[in-house]
Amino acid sequence: MTSMALASALRQDRFGRLDMLPYARLLDLRYEQDDNEVRLIMPFSIGLVGAPGRLHGGAIAGLLEIAGLAAVILAQPDADKLPRLRPVTITANFMREGTPVDTIAAAEVTRLGRRIINVSSRAWQFDRGRPIAMANMNFLADWPEADPG
Amino acid sequence: MNDEVRPVRTAEERQQRFVQRMLSGVPHLAALGISYHSHGPDWAELVMPFAEQQLADPDYGIIASGTIFTLMDSAAGFSVQMVMKELTPVATIDLRLDYLRGPTPGATVVGRATCYRLTRQVAFVRGIAHDGDSERPIANMAGTFIISRPPVAS
Repeated sequence: MTSMALASALRQDRFGRLDMLPYARLLDLRYEQDDNEVRLIMPFSIGLVGAPGRLHGGAIAGLLEIAGLAAVILAQPDADKLPRLRPVTITANFMREGTPVDTIAAAEVTRLGRRIINVSSRAWQFDRGRPIAMANMNFLADWPEADPG
Repeated sequence: MNDEVRPVRTAEERQQRFVQRMLSGVPHLAALGISYHSHGPDWAELVMPFAEQQLADPDYGIIASGTIFTLMDSAAGFSVQMVMKELTPVATIDLRLDYLRGPTPGATVVGRATCYRLTRQVAFVRGIAHDGDSERPIANMAGTFIISRPPVAS
């Protein structure tokens, strides 16, 4: 689900919104990046609520996945040759309830393989050291030209 | 209040209406268009008809995997409620999804979850998501939930 629009936005601007992805627009996501990483911010809104007063775990997982995708895009060595990225597996752990405030997420590419990319993503609210959820994800990279490797 | 004759409903129909109302009151499910489909003693099925706001890749018509996660997480939690036969708060401990193939663009996605083991504190669930043919799932799910039982008065 690589969106070239997403990739070019991340390459061009340090801050912005992710409205080019309709699902990210639903979650009202914006991003900010520094030299180390890109962070996604999901402001609280009533449309994210699952159980009364709590964020839906699916909304948090959706945020974790897009944070993972953004980290994978930025980790690609050649900005002009991006593979098509598809999530193969996601395992999400929920540690604390998502309270009705902003949620932030950032991901680390633990291994950038040519075909399989392993990513660890974390979401927090008040304290990065106390995550509300984390996810391990594996993406499959499809390169534009046929590649037996 | 008024003399309107209320239709006679079976216990099963009343339960269905109750569940439908409960689910339609969940804001994030409403935002994605996820609704009740069917349920049994240990399983539940929700549906997610295609909607524009689910898209991750508008060029290819691909919906975001996060929407399938939401669908499956909710179906799973709902299947736990079915086994418990009462409304008790549950919270996801962990949930794993294998994305087996991309859903057909524009298709309605069905999420079916079964709670196959319930202990005093933990519920174990598994399930699939499919887009019309349950023999060809688009995702496989396994998860665990913690049960928040009210403290027993001593």
